[in-house]
Amino acid sequence: MNTFQALRKAWSEFLGLFVEDGSLALGIVAVVAVAAILSALAISPVAVGVVLLLGCLGVLVENVLRARRNTSRRPPSR
Amino acid sequence: MSNWATVAPAITSAFLASVVEVVEAFTILLAVASVRGARPAVTGTLAGLLLLAAIVLVFGPAIDRVPIGLLQFSVGVLLLLFGLRWLRKAVLRAAGIIAQHDEEAVYRMESLHLQDELRRRAARADWLAGLTAFKAVVVEGLEVVFIVIAVGAGRGLLVPASLGALAACMLVLGFGALVHRPLARVPENALKFGVGVMLSSFGVFWSGEGLGVPWPGEDIAVLGFIATFLALGLALVAVLRSRTAELAR
Repeated sequence: MNTFQALRKAWSEFLGLFVEDGSLALGIVAVVAVAAILSALAISPVAVGVVLLLGCLGVLVENVLRARRNTSRRPPSR
Repeated sequence: MSNWATVAPAITSAFLASVVEVVEAFTILLAVASVRGARPAVTGTLAGLLLLAAIVLVFGPAIDRVPIGLLQFSVGVLLLLFGLRWLRKAVLRAAGIIAQHDEEAVYRMESLHLQDELRRRAARADWLAGLTAFKAVVVEGLEVVFIVIAVGAGRGLLVPASLGALAACMLVLGFGALVHRPLARVPENALKFGVGVMLSSFGVFWSGEGLGVPWPGEDIAVLGFIATFLALGLALVAVLRSRTAELAR
């Protein structure tokens, strides 16, 4: 492994900090996008806040429960 | 205007997250030092720290030029991506659905991998060992830099957050130098759970601020988000554990 490869690997690991489970990242981006659209449409800022908070909580619950269902069908992994 | 409601969680999350990252980097540095000696480990570490310092010096001043709303929104979204990822993993680990992180196992694997590489390329042994140390410092260090910027930039708390991270580095490295073995007893998952809760809470807060949401109680709202994410995370662990126990019966 040379320096360039090491830097490239470090960079890809850094990107992996934010996107490990694609569906979780997509869910978060979707929630934020909906909140941003509501904000741009001048919908009540309180509604924007509610969408952000409940959306993120919902994305977490859905993702964790789905991971549970998926792993019950295969052996435990790291 | 910052108050304790944002300062304390910012310092705490920078400190706890940095503990997790520095423990991980220390395990790899220790493996390098045990396989090839202290010199490549120290050289790789110093080179990694120099690169991190250069990144901070180049990108740090640019943060001041970004409009505050855009900065808060961008940092908030990145915090959500980062924090919810940590929280998800910590919940799944606490519930026994995925395996716990094991510093002893990482140390053994890293040592074996490095020994194998060194055997195949004996002429470049020190270089490879130094590069392994360099990569560990850069990867884990970038996480620390990101966390400090993310929790500190939105309210001008970069200095307190940096001090939190620095305290974590000194604590872990000092303790590590003393015991001279992987810090396997650090409750890594509990720390990740706590940091995931705090970063997710900051993520909701900052992205909302960036979109002009008037959070009730202003900065105090962060504490409400922390309580909400914590309660939800613990509830998810309890539900998943009970379902796992039911399936086991």
